[in-house]
Amino acid sequence: MTDMPTADKTIDCRGMQCPMPILKAKKEILKIKVGETLEVLSNDPGSKEDFPRWAKRTGNEFLGVFDDGDTHYFIKRKV
Amino acid sequence: MADVKKMAIVVHSGTLDLAYPPLMLAAAAGASDFEVDIFFTFWGLNLLKKKGLKKAKLGGAWRMGTSMMKMMIKRTGMATLPDLLEGVLDTGKVKLWACTATMDIMMVKKDQLISEVTGYMGAAGFLDIAADCDVQLFI
Repeated sequence: MTDMPTADKTIDCRGMQCPMPILKAKKEILKIKVGETLEVLSNDPGSKEDFPRWAKRTGNEFLGVFDDGDTHYFIKRKV
Repeated sequence: MADVKKMAIVVHSGTLDLAYPPLMLAAAAGASDFEVDIFFTFWGLNLLKKKGLKKAKLGGAWRMGTSMMKMMIKRTGMATLPDLLEGVLDTGKVKLWACTATMDIMMVKKDQLISEVTGYMGAAGFLDIAADCDVQLFI
């Protein structure tokens, strides 16, 4: 496994069910600058499919998912 | 970014279980930069009433299982309907329309509805919106 990317902002969505992690991520990604990276901690099993698709759909870049006991999703703001 | 996607949903039911899918989809769509229009008709109008989301119950014989379902919703970390609507509106991408024809049938008055209702329209008005949408659902 490659190293986890460095995040400029991390949000904790553990314990939340779909669609709340996506709603929260959308709100927070608008608070970082273009080129910066948002890290989302989520244990919603739907997130595995949701975050890569959501990132692409919103014109952002999905950098990857990393599991170290918690699941970390990294999305780079592109727009 | 690609062209703006649009979604139209007709909400016909006012039960707890059937109130979730349109609001969950609208939340996800709003967060995905979709423009969303939801048309509330028949029992769906009850969801637009003040405290309507809070009062929504399961339908038919399942009605008595409502509190059990609400307990499971809370336990699994799913948002309550009022919280979900707040998230939906927070995206700034979702419009809520009340169906004028069924407001008469269901004897629903404008002043009974929440202030977040965007407006009131009939079938032709909503068809005009839905005709330009990429996703169209009836729930």
